Amino acid sequence: MKNNKQKLTIAVTGLNAIDSPGPGVAVIRGLREAKSFDCRIIGLAYESLEPGIYMHDLIEKTYHIPYPSAGTEALFSRLMQIHEKEKLDVVIPNFDAELYSFIKLSDKLKENGIHSFLPTMEQFEDRQKINLPEFGKKHNIHVPRSKAIYTTNEIHSLEQDYNWPLVIKGKYYDASLAYNIDQAKTAFNKISAKWGLPIIVQEFIHGTEYNVTGLGDGMGNTMAAVPMRKQYITDKGKAWGGITITDQKALDLTAHFLKTTKWRGAFELELMKNKAGEYFLLEINPRIPAWIYLAVGVGQNIPEALTRLAMGWPTEAFKDYEAGKMFIRYAWDMIVDLSEFQQISTHGEL
Amino acid sequence: MQSEYLKKNSNINTMKIRNNIAVSDNGFVFNPASGESFTVNQVGLDILNMLRKGEKQEAIIQELSKKYQADAAMIERDLLDFEAMVKQYHLYQNEE
Repeated sequence: MKNNKQKLTIAVTGLNAIDSPGPGVAVIRGLREAKSFDCRIIGLAYESLEPGIYMHDLIEKTYHIPYPSAGTEALFSRLMQIHEKEKLDVVIPNFDAELYSFIKLSDKLKENGIHSFLPTMEQFEDRQKINLPEFGKKHNIHVPRSKAIYTTNEIHSLEQDYNWPLVIKGKYYDASLAYNIDQAKTAFNKISAKWGLPIIVQEFIHGTEYNVTGLGDGMGNTMAAVPMRKQYITDKGKAWGGITITDQKALDLTAHFLKTTKWRGAFELELMKNKAGEYFLLEINPRIPAWIYLAVGVGQNIPEALTRLAMGWPTEAFKDYEAGKMFIRYAWDMIVDLSEFQQISTHGEL
Repeated sequence: MQSEYLKKNSNINTMKIRNNIAVSDNGFVFNPASGESFTVNQVGLDILNMLRKGEKQEAIIQELSKKYQADAAMIERDLLDFEAMVKQYHLYQNEE
């Protein structure tokens, strides 16, 4: 039988399938299972030991790209080099830290035939952790109280308004629970050394953590939404197991978030439900989460829908999903020839 | 007959188990709204199934004491304990 499906070449980042995994490999699994198109996957990696680079059954070819700190011009020029060889149709960036560059470059990339479907720069900035209190006020969403601080001395002044414990958070990643001043200072120093300033000090909400992943069309409509409860959490706070749930309040909050922000692209909402059943929005991740394959497994192939939106193809919103389906993550040792490691390390491609 | 104590301390007659709760034959209980799961023993499973059918306290106590040949007062205590657990784990409908 002749296959009439269009074949797309899709570049994907986040191939670090490690203990705190990037979403790339899960995104690629979703793309491989897309029913509406075939695809050729080009991996984009920052480090030579990102496991996805060596998963040849999932990724046809991988290229090194420069770190975000090298600037958008360096990234653009590398992407154009890759594009010349591979003729990319779509790029799906999966790290918070690289999104600024990809959003900034999205028009230029599109002019060159590389499509993406990302939040606007305004949406990206509005949902930053340091802007979360304003975001909550603007969009009428409960968020925990928080303050961005630049020195450890500021923690003392927070004691008057906040109760212990406090959540000490990095600008992009990392969070730690502190039960007293000493722990807060230690966390401040540790996280700021890695991720810079400011540090966000957030009120701790007691309750159960839920996450919702989904997709907004940029016009206020919900294209996809799947809520999940983490069942097994690693010491880095990452879900190693989770289950889909039917919580209507979480779905309503997601629809409200999409309607009021007109969010464009994929996202993950981190929610905390307190004992009174109220939801607090802890964080908005402006990208696909690492557990996205659970959404694919319950009937919402978000990577496929995102690709279709990027291409400007008509895309139907998902209306349903299977509740009570679990994901359980596992680690897998691959045996890799030194020549492959050498190839990616020296030539920047494999 | 329902004891005075049960009359005062239980509202099991008006308690409705959430209708989307999944209960398997071997006592695995899943609440799809919260994602929580539990296991219950055979007595718990019997109580849960009777509650889902809308059975009243008296009928549940009678049925269980007959099935397990146990004293009604003991079943009554178990039923109160079970009711407290159902509340604690938010498995009843009045919670929506």
